[in-house]
Amino acid sequence: MLADRQKVLVISLLIISFLLYSFSIYLNPPEKKEPVTLLSTKGKLVWQQYNCVACHQVYGLGGYLGPDLTNVYSHKGAAYIKVFLANGTATMPNFHLSDEDIAALTAYLQQIDASGSADPRSYTIQPDGTIQQ
Amino acid sequence: MAPFNNKRPDVPKLFSLAALLLLVTGMVWGVTGGLQYLMPGFLKPFLSFEKVRPLHVSSVVFWIILGAMGAVLTYLQQHTGKKIASTKLLKAQFFLFVITVLVILISYFAGIFGGREYWEFHPLLSLPIAIGWILFLINFLRSLGGLKNQPVYVWMWLTGIVFFLFTFLESYLWVLPYFRDHVVKDMTIQWKSYGSMVGSWNMLLYGSSIFLMDKINNHKKYSYSKIAFVLYFTGLFNLMFNWGHHIYTLPTHPHIKHISYAVSMTELFILGRIIYSWRATLTEARKNFYIISYRFLAAADLWIFLTLVLAIAMSVPAINVYTHGTHITVAHTMGATIGINSFILLAISFDLLNDTCQSFEPFKKLFSRGYWLANVSLLVFWLSLIGAGVLKARWQMSQQQEVFQDMMRQLRPFFALFLISGTTLLCGIVMIVYPLLRNQWVCYFKNNSKKTARNVYSNTPGERISAAVLFAINE
Ligand code: HEC
Ligand code: HEM
Repeated sequence: MLADRQKVLVISLLIISFLLYSFSIYLNPPEKKEPVTLLSTKGKLVWQQYNCVACHQVYGLGGYLGPDLTNVYSHKGAAYIKVFLANGTATMPNFHLSDEDIAALTAYLQQIDASGSADPRSYTIQPDGTIQQ
Repeated sequence: MAPFNNKRPDVPKLFSLAALLLLVTGMVWGVTGGLQYLMPGFLKPFLSFEKVRPLHVSSVVFWIILGAMGAVLTYLQQHTGKKIASTKLLKAQFFLFVITVLVILISYFAGIFGGREYWEFHPLLSLPIAIGWILFLINFLRSLGGLKNQPVYVWMWLTGIVFFLFTFLESYLWVLPYFRDHVVKDMTIQWKSYGSMVGSWNMLLYGSSIFLMDKINNHKKYSYSKIAFVLYFTGLFNLMFNWGHHIYTLPTHPHIKHISYAVSMTELFILGRIIYSWRATLTEARKNFYIISYRFLAAADLWIFLTLVLAIAMSVPAINVYTHGTHITVAHTMGATIGINSFILLAISFDLLNDTCQSFEPFKKLFSRGYWLANVSLLVFWLSLIGAGVLKARWQMSQQQEVFQDMMRQLRPFFALFLISGTTLLCGIVMIVYPLLRNQWVCYFKNNSKKTARNVYSNTPGERISAAVLFAINE
């Protein structure tokens, strides 16, 4: 059996390290050179308002009914994106978005695209099991 | 317990009953989503997938959360031998949760979203949940007394409650522009919070299942043992630091990934321990299999094993590159939330809602069939998602990628299997849950005229609502 004192010691150490780790991330967050604009920040809120993430992924995270959109901006282009947003598809609803919302969403997808690549083919696997992007 | 007692179910029990309702309705939404996978455009005009997915995920997540709260609140009373400190706070907590969950589900129908994965509701609705959780914490601390010489499950409950609150609040840091403006920063903190949050509710559930095992075994050897605490600290260490395995492919700080890779591997120790004690578990299983609660704990054991193997594999970045973004992730998530969390909760439900108002005998066959149907269905369900995931992983890695829709078409046989097994899983769970709910109904309503039942529930409007809910299920 462990004594109460030992338990308190272990848990205190764990909690202190957890808080240090958490705050180091809040204060020194990973930021990429993304073109953050007024329009793209608005686009993020439009993205959330229509719950696009229920069907789409960004960096592989989200719902799985539709494709990952991380790099759709550089792969397919703004005009292509706008066609989808304006019309929907058999599965994707037409949200009857305003021109402004469409522009904002497109700017947001451009921002995501500039943050990195989500294409697993572009990663190299290291012998120790880690990956390099 | 006397048959046909007409006392009111206590509040923790109401948590479990509300949770069971969410389980069943949540699975119906899951099947609806499965249909939409197979029939593109199904129900699109009014109930498209962006509504169905959160209806499903929020319902089942709240099944786990309400169920866990019911379990902790009941077992805490059994542990201390005293009532919960404040019934008023308890009721406030219950109604805050039940009403908020209802509003959340209705808001999804109306297409009102906060649009964050898992917590897809409007951010304002997170406030009553946070307040309800704080009430839970206050009541827990006041009822517990102190931490001196407490068994491992009490530690687990307390850490679970505290860390859920922390991570829940953390998952709302995005409302501040500082945290949401950069995609990589936002997603890092989002998945930091989610990863640890799952660990927190697991603390509540595993703690409760240890309590229940003690109760079945009629001794507390395990819950005071050194190994129990070593495993608990290993779990807590993982809760705090292994969340990075959700975001190996995100271009975030490399040290986040290295830390989580290394920490995740300590789960091998837990895996080893499970294999080591397998034989003992098996003999115990044979001995106790007649106890209904025990059966679910035995099934959960198997699913802990399968899930852990998959989780450890997925925690190796070189393997994660293939599985990430495919239905293998969904297999992992649903395998864990059904096979582990839901089965533990069903074990607990049978323990909590065990008033013997009606003989279980006539339902034995139904229950047994339901139990096996659910387990076999879950295995097929899980394998079909892994199958779909393997094909999608191959597509993701292929040099000449065909169009997304063509790839999805090739996955259809797996989606069909997913839908069929998901439906039989739902049937199995209904067969399991029906005798429970029916028993509750008999306990509180039958042989008491409706009028008496209403009298019984006439204290507060809230209790009348719960009575109405119970009537609705059974009529
Ligand atoms: C109900 C699910 C659903 C929702 C919600 C949804 N989409 Fe889609 N989306 C799809 C599917 C499925 C496709 C693939 C094309 C198809 O339907 O055949 C797609 C395709 C796209 C494409 C083209 C991607 C490509 O690589 O060809 C873009 C861009 C897009 N969606 C953006 C959005 C945005 C932005 C939102 C939120 C406003 C959204 N989608 C909401 C299901 C959805
Ligand atoms: C107790 C029962 C269940 C629980 C706890 C549960 C839990 C979950 C969870 C947590 C997710 C999110 C997965 C992720 O993001 O990786 C999910 C997604 C989903 N579940 Fe379930 N589920 C249950 C039963 C079912 C059933 C019976 C079906 C029927 C086919 C189903 C269909 C789905 C679908 C279609 C998704 C969305 C997948 C996507 O993102 O594209 N679920 N479920």
